[in-house]
Amino acid sequence: MGKATRFTLHVKIAFVILLILFLLPIYTDLTDNGFYLDLVNRLMILAIAAASLNLILGYGGMISFGHAAYLGIGAYCVGIPAYYGVDNGPLQIFLAVAASGIFALITGAICLRTKGVYFIMITMAFTQMVFFGIVSVEEYGGDDGLVIDNRSNFGSFINIEDNINLYYFILISLIVCLFLIHKITRSRFGMVIEGSRSNEQRMRSIGFDTYRYRLICYVIAGCICGYAGALLGNFTNFISPEMMDWAASGELIFMVILGGTGSLLGPVFGAAAFVILEEWLSSLTLYWHFIFGALLIMVVLFARGGISGIVTYLGNRKQ
Amino acid sequence: MDWVLFVTQLLNGLQLGVLLFLLASGLTLIFGIMDFVNLAHGSLYMIGAYFCGTFTDITDSFLYGIILAIPATAVVGVIVEIIIIRRLYSQNHLDHVLATFGLILCFDALVHFAWGPEGMAIPLPAILDGQIEIFPDIVFPTFRLLIITTGLTLAIILYLVITRTRSGMLIRAGASNRTMIGALGIDIKTLFTLVFGAGAAMAGLAGMMISPITEASIGMGNDIIIVAFVVIIIGGIGSVKGAFIAAILVGFIDTMGRSFLDTFLKLLLTAESAETAAPALSAMLIYILMATILIFRPQGLFPPRGR
Repeated sequence: MGKATRFTLHVKIAFVILLILFLLPIYTDLTDNGFYLDLVNRLMILAIAAASLNLILGYGGMISFGHAAYLGIGAYCVGIPAYYGVDNGPLQIFLAVAASGIFALITGAICLRTKGVYFIMITMAFTQMVFFGIVSVEEYGGDDGLVIDNRSNFGSFINIEDNINLYYFILISLIVCLFLIHKITRSRFGMVIEGSRSNEQRMRSIGFDTYRYRLICYVIAGCICGYAGALLGNFTNFISPEMMDWAASGELIFMVILGGTGSLLGPVFGAAAFVILEEWLSSLTLYWHFIFGALLIMVVLFARGGISGIVTYLGNRKQ
Repeated sequence: MDWVLFVTQLLNGLQLGVLLFLLASGLTLIFGIMDFVNLAHGSLYMIGAYFCGTFTDITDSFLYGIILAIPATAVVGVIVEIIIIRRLYSQNHLDHVLATFGLILCFDALVHFAWGPEGMAIPLPAILDGQIEIFPDIVFPTFRLLIITTGLTLAIILYLVITRTRSGMLIRAGASNRTMIGALGIDIKTLFTLVFGAGAAMAGLAGMMISPITEASIGMGNDIIIVAFVVIIIGGIGSVKGAFIAAILVGFIDTMGRSFLDTFLKLLLTAESAETAAPALSAMLIYILMATILIFRPQGLFPPRGR
């Protein structure tokens, strides 16, 4: 246990990033450059979503190809009340988390009865179901999406109409969500989840109802991602079914893999790398999707463990 | 009920069903034999459509366009299999999903580069561009009828190949035990490549047949591929028979839902709420069907033996 006092490279990097994140608005305010603030906002929201996916995918081994559904559900739970003039923040957040949880419970109960490829495709199909459901409801904009006039109203607590306030709101949310996920994975519950990934039969034979544990984990991940969706709706002021297009789910998986599965900060690194790459490549060429796709194939073929794996490797080498 | 409309929609459902079968049979074979999840199957559907468009342009004949585009799409499939897919067989399903998702992005960008961002309309020859009266009072577009007959013919041919020929026997053996046929001295590597190429050709053909109706466009395969996945989940992954039955079923239910669900709902609900609920519900119908079937049979309707 002599390692306890020695900080790993992960923690050091996380500390530096956190410091930069807290100071960023001061820089953007001084230089009057809102672009980076927007970029980092998007990055942090996607990091929450990716971290929630990592909880089921990385720790639990449940490969959900439909996680973007919760981003959409969360965002529409802000957008639809706002459409009717209800901008009560806590209510919207509650709706987003509850609706995501219920959707996760119903679909999870069906999906988790299946395994392997069936699970991948069924999660994907259910998300597509929500996608087409929303597309065909003309009232809420259908294909074209819906503009959110007013962001969630948190009364005198915080006014997120102000971009810098929104930024800190998202930053704190990210930290709280990561802390929550950290606590979950270190708990007895988290151990059961990880155990049923590596050897489900053994977990069952020592008396754990793995189906129930997995379902609860699936619901928790859905709720966290629904919360990220509510933030996304507030951030973009615009919601559309495209948020839960299956490509969006694919991108979330990419972030998790790029960052490294089953580590707390991996999804954050992954989301950061993803958003920055996307921004950079799309400024280079019109055909940036090609480079992006090729990179994805490369990561799968050659860079198992992702960024987090590379960091661990560097950290170990130094010691 | 208006029975003319009913029969027309029945035929439309059949047409969607055979298209789905062309996509799903390749998908289910590739999965059944190689245990490989191919999200990029829809890209081959798109490539087929664009090839057909270009060849039709050059040769000035839709027939020659199709005849040239089928092998061309198969070649693309074989090349992709040899360069990328082959390296992925030994990895897990998550890696398959990610890498083929990457492939989709690459294909979409390549098509954008080669053919530009706009869609590509494919003109039909005059004989196919009309309508014929198949039953008294029922006229149906000739071309759609051709799609149905082609699809059904191919289904029969595929059935004969799989049940009556030596390669079909290998395919069935591969679907139930891959390691064993390798141990018996069959060159599985070549078998994999050939099946992948054949799957690509069938997906491409489906794209070619739909593009004169909808025109070829970037990302055209990305929506239908999910429906093809629904089909193979319902049918049981790896089973061609299951894929056929599920494809026809999904085709019927989707088409019928879109045309008659509002009439049906009006019997149960008020006219106003039926009109709001019907479009959303009919868009979700096939997924509800899938969920219902999975509750009772998590392996699908016809899971292949031996797994």
